[in-house]
Amino acid sequence: MIELDRAEVTVWSPDPVSGRDRTVRILGPVTLSLTERRVAVVGANGSGKSTLARLVDALVLPSAGTVRVDGLDTVRDGAAVRRRVGFLFTDPDAQVVMPTPAEDVALSLRRTTGSAAERRSAARAWLDRFGLADHADLPVHALSAGQRQLLALAAVLATEPAVLVCDEPTTLLDLRWRRVVDQLLDALEQQVVLVTHDLEAAARADRVLVVDQGQVVHDGPPGPALVRYRELMSEAPRAAGVRAP
Amino acid sequence: MSRRRGRGAWTGPLGLYVPGSSPLHRLPVWASLCGTAAFTAAVVLVPGLPAAVAGVLVASAAAAVARLPWRRVVLGLRPGLVAAAFVGLGRWWTSGAAAGVAGALDLLAVVLAGVVLAATTPADELVSVVTGATTGLRRFGVRPSSIALGVAVMLRSVPVLVQVLGESADAARARGLDRSPRALVVPAGVRTVAHARRVGEALAARGLPDD
Repeated sequence: MIELDRAEVTVWSPDPVSGRDRTVRILGPVTLSLTERRVAVVGANGSGKSTLARLVDALVLPSAGTVRVDGLDTVRDGAAVRRRVGFLFTDPDAQVVMPTPAEDVALSLRRTTGSAAERRSAARAWLDRFGLADHADLPVHALSAGQRQLLALAAVLATEPAVLVCDEPTTLLDLRWRRVVDQLLDALEQQVVLVTHDLEAAARADRVLVVDQGQVVHDGPPGPALVRYRELMSEAPRAAGVRAP
Repeated sequence: MSRRRGRGAWTGPLGLYVPGSSPLHRLPVWASLCGTAAFTAAVVLVPGLPAAVAGVLVASAAAAVARLPWRRVVLGLRPGLVAAAFVGLGRWWTSGAAAGVAGALDLLAVVLAGVVLAATTPADELVSVVTGATTGLRRFGVRPSSIALGVAVMLRSVPVLVQVLGESADAARARGLDRSPRALVVPAGVRTVAHARRVGEALAARGLPDD
């Protein structure tokens, strides 16, 4: 279970008028308890949804309040939280750090699997599950974007996390690969927190959080949540002061 | 698109692991590393054209023993060839033709030896060996797993940075700024820093270096 109790994230940022540093709250306070198997987070760019996702994996620590995953506090037990929570990023090039797929999955297994030979064998088994067995020894950058995202997912799941947080995992993919990744995520047994702009994927969630200007402005089933999100987005160009050229 | 027509993607120095069962593949990683280090030292320390030619022949023989596909070897060597040409021309200018050719061949031999090492050694094992070899640094507060992972990330980042440079050059060209170094260097630098930050965050998310 993921619990946020009056969690806030603040950063230092220069004041646009005076130029002096000031504290800006980019998220919160947020109080939530997430027990559903599929939770989607939607919102405009810069609304704070990725910050919310990073709070869950202890990549961002709360400036105030607490965040707990299965009772573990992200501030005190950050390493233990990261062992329970896997994180899939938008750009697999940042996530995949070894030269070949087999080696990258093997790297994920260092903490749990003993010898190098066992790691190699287990890595190939994971790649096989994701249809990447034939690509195990190719240079990573020779894979397509979709294959690289599958590899990143395989490397995360190889650590067998209890929770998977995905930050716009299909944004860089074409429709075909988007469907492949969506189907894989839908089939997972783990609790999945999905940050997305893909409303079809959000509609399949059990619960949808709508984030706007650092606040969760709607929390509930997909139908009403996505109506609220569309309303917010229709206001967005005017609010941003954008005019057609 | 950053790639030009007819140009293959550069596979990077350690993106070249080629599974196999050759004698070089079966060597323990520490032996491969020590052998490569000794070879490199010999190439650097023994001057002259005959020694340089011998160095290239030895490295080529190692590639043949490892039964590496020649095309992947050439792809791995490509940046080394360019650097060797520059080094050779520089030394030709300062010390004469023989020294220029010897300098270029020396560099080629060392790069080829590196390609053979990379092609016969899984990076995961390399990380383990570097971790073991730097264990003694723990008493100085250095985490061996951080050093090893740093090596792997650096090598993996080379093709990414090549791509960033290519895309930045394309973007500059598209804006008609082909001749502006600033239009290439500034966006490439910003994207490189952003990439480094994302990689750091991704490593932390995977619990790496080992908690």
